[in-house]
Amino acid sequence: MLDAGENTKRMSIIVTKGTLDWAYPPFILGTTAAAMDVEVTMFFTFYGLQLLKKDLDLKISTLGNPGMQMPMAGMHMSMPNIVSAIPGVDRMATTMMKNLIKKKGVASIPELREAAVDLDIKMIACQMTLDLFEMDQKDLIEDIEIGGAATYMEEALKSDINLYI
Amino acid sequence: MADQTLDAKGLNCPLPILKTKKMIKGMSSGQVLEVLATDPGSVADMAAFCNQTGNQLMGQSNEGDVYKFEIKVS
Repeated sequence: MLDAGENTKRMSIIVTKGTLDWAYPPFILGTTAAAMDVEVTMFFTFYGLQLLKKDLDLKISTLGNPGMQMPMAGMHMSMPNIVSAIPGVDRMATTMMKNLIKKKGVASIPELREAAVDLDIKMIACQMTLDLFEMDQKDLIEDIEIGGAATYMEEALKSDINLYI
Repeated sequence: MADQTLDAKGLNCPLPILKTKKMIKGMSSGQVLEVLATDPGSVADMAAFCNQTGNQLMGQSNEGDVYKFEIKVS
């Protein structure tokens, strides 16, 4: 990939969230930085590990998200917390979001993750999270490494930018 | 005249940048890549991308809703 010379800029991102909407910021920033010749490390921990599964089935949670206002029939529809208790609401919101993503030419998460692999982003899955949630590494994509907090720290200490998302 | 053209019309951030990077990777130094995009954000983004990567943004124009960028590969 890059010639990791002294002038190479580095960025690390800790990815902690595993919903469809929250999958975007780390993958967008990571891939764009890598495209701009930044050496990128992404450390996936807790719910963020969902984003490394071979079979992605990401959903949106409307709970505790007052900022979410979906465009609908020329208006914007809010999702009060009480609505999210109704069965099927999250599924509906997920479908709406996926339709919007397609309609607006926004990349899908599988597409961005593929770009991350192509751009040689170092993706590290948290060993402790694998143990904690009894996840099997076989269910994750192959282009990743396994590591822990010290592995992340080694990268973070070399980085110009460290993000926690 | 551009050596290659990338049609990024209809694509939203960060796809025009990611696809531009992919195209540039396969081109040689001095060649010119023309990028067509409809994302208004690509105007600022393409300038930032070129500034950071050392590729030269030779020109930018728009016809209707389409932005055209000419990038000389470094």
